[in-house]
Amino acid sequence: MIDKKTIEHIAKLARLHVTEDEAQEYSTQLAKALGHFEKISKVNTDGVEPMITPTEIEAYWREDVVKQDFSAEEMTSNAPAKAGNLFQVPPVV
Amino acid sequence: MDLTFATICEIAEAVKTKKISAKEVVVHFQKRIESLDGKLNAFTSRNENAVKDAEMLDARIARGEDVGALAGVPFGIKEMFCTKGQKTTAGSKILENFVPPYDATAVARLKNAGVVVLGKLNQDEFAMGSSNETSFHGAVRNPWDLDRVPGGSSGGSAAAQSARLVVGTLGTDTGGSIRQPASFCGIVGVKPTYGRVSRYGMVAYASSLDQAGPMVSSVKDAALTLEVISGFDPQDGTTSRKQVPQWSQNLNSNMKGLKVGLVKEYLTAEGLDSDVQKTVENAVNELKKMGAEIVEVSVPLTEYAVPVYYLVAASEASSNLSRYDGVKYGFRAEFKNLSAVDLAEFYSQTRGQGFGAEVKRRIMLGTYCLSSGYYDAYYTKAGQVRRLIMEEYLAAFRQCDVILSPVTTAPAFKIGERISDPLTMYLNDIFTTSTNLAGLPGMSVPFGMSKDGLPIGVQLTAAHFEEQKMLNVASALESVSTVKGKHPHVV
Repeated sequence: MIDKKTIEHIAKLARLHVTEDEAQEYSTQLAKALGHFEKISKVNTDGVEPMITPTEIEAYWREDVVKQDFSAEEMTSNAPAKAGNLFQVPPVV
Repeated sequence: MDLTFATICEIAEAVKTKKISAKEVVVHFQKRIESLDGKLNAFTSRNENAVKDAEMLDARIARGEDVGALAGVPFGIKEMFCTKGQKTTAGSKILENFVPPYDATAVARLKNAGVVVLGKLNQDEFAMGSSNETSFHGAVRNPWDLDRVPGGSSGGSAAAQSARLVVGTLGTDTGGSIRQPASFCGIVGVKPTYGRVSRYGMVAYASSLDQAGPMVSSVKDAALTLEVISGFDPQDGTTSRKQVPQWSQNLNSNMKGLKVGLVKEYLTAEGLDSDVQKTVENAVNELKKMGAEIVEVSVPLTEYAVPVYYLVAASEASSNLSRYDGVKYGFRAEFKNLSAVDLAEFYSQTRGQGFGAEVKRRIMLGTYCLSSGYYDAYYTKAGQVRRLIMEEYLAAFRQCDVILSPVTTAPAFKIGERISDPLTMYLNDIFTTSTNLAGLPGMSVPFGMSKDGLPIGVQLTAAHFEEQKMLNVASALESVSTVKGKHPHVV
């Protein structure tokens, strides 16, 4: 059951502000979608390893060397707020 | 040469042999964009330096340099790809002003082969949609009927290509986002095997499903473009180190002895439009006439493909999109006094205001599936069924070389017709999602016309890394396609 409380909990986990109207809408739509998706529980998957990526590719190893692709200026050029080369954020501690 | 309808191969050849300059080609298509895109809304931004880029190519050609296989070919690039110095919004307000300092590998490879980028193309927000109606830049219109959707999520690419505003486009496909709009707009769209094309610099939606591919006007153009963008990239650990075949030179439309599989479960799919059904039947008959053998295969778990796809894609999306936090780049909600704002509130307001409705819906769905108490029932279970679906496809490909199927249940639908009912929109993806779940190559090739004069594509799928087989059958079908030589009225 996807009630309003569940929606609020999920929105908090996702750090996503949802309005009262959105919460109402999502609870109906998610319940409907999940109601349909739940049919996968009927498939017998005993002993099947979940597939997380489609192709089995060997890990790619490279030398651990320092290189510079971008300048600090380029990396901070899209920041919504900065001071010098630092990102400005609310207090975190 | 009629530039408007020239193929990639023809234009590259003419530019290389100096029959025409790259600049003339670029200016021709810029004029087309100028006069036609107002009706379509396919472009989100233009490359102001396109003429300069073309002049530089011409100068190099004049010096006798080999500028690459796609010399002077104008391309449009889906908003999903990072383009150095040019806005990359992924169709979202949250990336409204994002200007990447680098090119995605696929874009860099196109440019290295001589492509001139004319601009960026509209799409559903973060590629989440099947109609291009979820874009922050507004809906795109289908050139064949301006009241209809071009499909999605690569709707801008399909519309621009079909109206010949460019000679080639690049799209991305997570659950059908190249093949479905290609079918709706009467063009060729290829989603290669997972791992063929680097995802570096491609905005992430669902990383185990996302692949880039060409959306162009002929099978040969698709094969050539795919050759250019494919291959191992140290920047993407999931790219394959397999050699990239010369698909365009090895195209072979001799169908004698080739085994074409029809999926039993697809033929009886609910709600299959009669024009779509007829188009697939005609394709089967043509292939038979050419000497192909038709075999029936069965993929019983296919009915679970859409649920598995949405559970996997939404879960991965909720994780991938956590990076949009208003700190390093992208939109940030306005706060009067930043030092007095609670951090969780800062994130939640930024994301709540920055994302559109469909993206929020999928983040909520994915977060729910990954949350404590539900993880096993949804995410783990979906992964298990996903493996079984792949195994069924691999078994089917032991009986046939390619699988032929519809791309969608019906041709392009009307704008606004399905947007209010997400589940109906999701179920539209019934034929395309299993290809991504299993990592298989798939493509759409235009083949029939509906009673209303809309193009209809057919889908071809092959085993992993067997793109050549699929391209060969597509090339055989292309030669007898009823869409051939037809163009949308808007052109």
